[in-house]
Amino acid sequence: MRRGIPGIRGITATALVAGLALTASGCGGSDGNGTANSGGELSGTVTFWDTSNDAEKATYRKLAEGFQKEHPKVHVQYVNVPFGDANAKFKNAAGGNSGAPDVMRTDVAWVADFANLGYLAPLDGTPALDKTADYLPQAVGSTRFKGKTYAAPQVIDTLALFYNKKLLKDAGVPVPKTFAELKAAAKKIKDKTGATALYLRGDDPYWFLPYLYGEGGNTIDAHSKTVKIDNAAGVKAFAAIKDLVDSKTAITDATDGQENQLTALKDGKVAMAIDGPWDIEGARAGQAFKDKKNLGVAPVPGGSTAQGSPQGGWDLSVYAGSKNLQAAYAFVKYMSSAKVQQETTDKLSLLPTRKSVYQIPAVKQNEMVTFFKPAVDRAVQRPWIAEGNSLFEPIKVQMNKVLTGSATPEQAAKATGAAYRKLLKDYK
Amino acid sequence: MVAPVVLVIGVIIGFPLVRGVFLSLTDANEANVQRDIGVNHIPATYKFTGLDNYTAILTDDVFWNRLGWTVLWTVACVSLTFLLGLTLATMLNRTLRGRTFYRLALILPWAIPAFISVFTWQMLYNEKSGLLNKLLAGGGIDAIPWLNDPTWAKLSVIAVNVWLGVPFMLVTLLGGLQSIPGELYEAAEMDGANAWQRFRNITMPGLRAVSSTVILLSTIWTFNMFPVIFLLTRGGPGDATEILVTYAYRLSFVNSPRNFSECAAWGVLILVLLSAVAVVYRRALRKQGEVW
Repeated sequence: MRRGIPGIRGITATALVAGLALTASGCGGSDGNGTANSGGELSGTVTFWDTSNDAEKATYRKLAEGFQKEHPKVHVQYVNVPFGDANAKFKNAAGGNSGAPDVMRTDVAWVADFANLGYLAPLDGTPALDKTADYLPQAVGSTRFKGKTYAAPQVIDTLALFYNKKLLKDAGVPVPKTFAELKAAAKKIKDKTGATALYLRGDDPYWFLPYLYGEGGNTIDAHSKTVKIDNAAGVKAFAAIKDLVDSKTAITDATDGQENQLTALKDGKVAMAIDGPWDIEGARAGQAFKDKKNLGVAPVPGGSTAQGSPQGGWDLSVYAGSKNLQAAYAFVKYMSSAKVQQETTDKLSLLPTRKSVYQIPAVKQNEMVTFFKPAVDRAVQRPWIAEGNSLFEPIKVQMNKVLTGSATPEQAAKATGAAYRKLLKDYK
Repeated sequence: MVAPVVLVIGVIIGFPLVRGVFLSLTDANEANVQRDIGVNHIPATYKFTGLDNYTAILTDDVFWNRLGWTVLWTVACVSLTFLLGLTLATMLNRTLRGRTFYRLALILPWAIPAFISVFTWQMLYNEKSGLLNKLLAGGGIDAIPWLNDPTWAKLSVIAVNVWLGVPFMLVTLLGGLQSIPGELYEAAEMDGANAWQRFRNITMPGLRAVSSTVILLSTIWTFNMFPVIFLLTRGGPGDATEILVTYAYRLSFVNSPRNFSECAAWGVLILVLLSAVAVVYRRALRKQGEVW
């Protein structure tokens, strides 16, 4: 879950894609009809919706267009779609049968949902899935739905604690292992450095998960079909975020958290923030990290009973209605190949999903990989159900309410549970 | 000669309306409507459920809570916009130097696409790096959580909507003012009427036809003003600024599978509410002798 701001770029992109789709379906001749020509050579256009952020997109564009070197007759139409818009945009296009991309970089929480609606092409037995034994087993989890594979894992990630080494050193406090330690260190940090200890993302429900897992809670249990969020652990988790803000350990916002958090961290206004590998490059561009080594990364602090952060990442999926399936499969194969994954690690410090890539010395020595790999290995897998992504909105509303004081933690947990039962009709 | 009109209205209004009403009486959602995606053919499996959607909405507190705030938001926005628009229009309805410049400047918000204005406001409102709080800090005032506190967020969205709505009011009311014959004012002045009396007895009645229309239009627009709320606060913090249309959107498009039937039922309810407002308003005007 990374929040993007819908804007002109998104709208232009839709227009562009819609235009292209019309042109493609209009001419319909040999160029874009979806199969390899007589020589077995791929041709036509592959439209790729990339959801990477501003700091990452130039690299992704270059990588995507690199596909054309291997297949000179294929034209890659790269479109950057802000993460915040991508889900709705894809559904509108796919459901309306016009303007959907051939390949999309899909959030792990979306794959089951899209597959359930019939929007994705199953990839089993196609060239898209290449050397599947090489994938990390936990990365494969989100690509499967009802016994079929609907995506190829491209990037895996999890949340971690980003910290400003200098600020913690000046304050004379160690890197906190629990939120209680973090809270205890907050006053020292404020007094000695003037910075607030933590930025707490109050606008994005994904960031609520470490607090929930830290209290031993979870959203739902898909096996026993039970809603879990309104139990005691859920209540404690809502109370935990409220306590961090009330005690002035953390600052927060109900909107614009992505931008505000990164700015606060970059400018040294906060000593710590919970963030993921996608913001490594963004953070390092800031004043506080002119010396790149000043950015430290540690596991997400634990709660009162446990410690855990959600496993996230990105998969590559193919639109079932693609006019050029063969080229789309080849493109997925290329974008999830070891070579491309290695490059995203080199340039963006993103984590590969292939075991073999972790064996490459440059990747092995990447400081962020050395930290994030063990973290990813222990990250909590979310329930990969069709409604998985819909579980976030009720949390968002309620965490906002708790943080602004318009609901108690008990009320918030209860309301979230009620919303889940409306959503998941057969859950207790 | 009426046939083309009937045809066009039937196609562009009638069909979607009837379809919407029909959907609201079913359990259609994104997963059970018919569609063809590539080689996948997904048949329609939704069924008729009667008034179930309506009963579910009307028996839920959420609807009534949202309706309360939507009415407050509409009344606040429309009255403020009208008062500001009328004041500015009256001030501009006389010869003064640079009149064209003032008029252009006041129409500017109208010329910028609404979503750009809203994003600009969002930046101004940013609690930590926004210009508004920087200005306050300059004056030694603590930062205000513009969009992060339920009450401030409500005031903030109203302010933006008023800012966006004033130009329309200004232009239409100015047009209305200019259609009032100057002789009336001259005659009144000769009779010794003061400024307030002239405003009360000439301007107000002269503007009635225009103002009753713009108030009704503005009410309908504000009631359904999706972009301001959605882009500025997404209905938040929590659901503090959620109006009926943004809630219907959240309910029907954020969750998956998207619930078309429930969304349609919300749409029909909103339409019914607004039609009722329009009818009552028209009756009230007619009683005052207004032919409309």
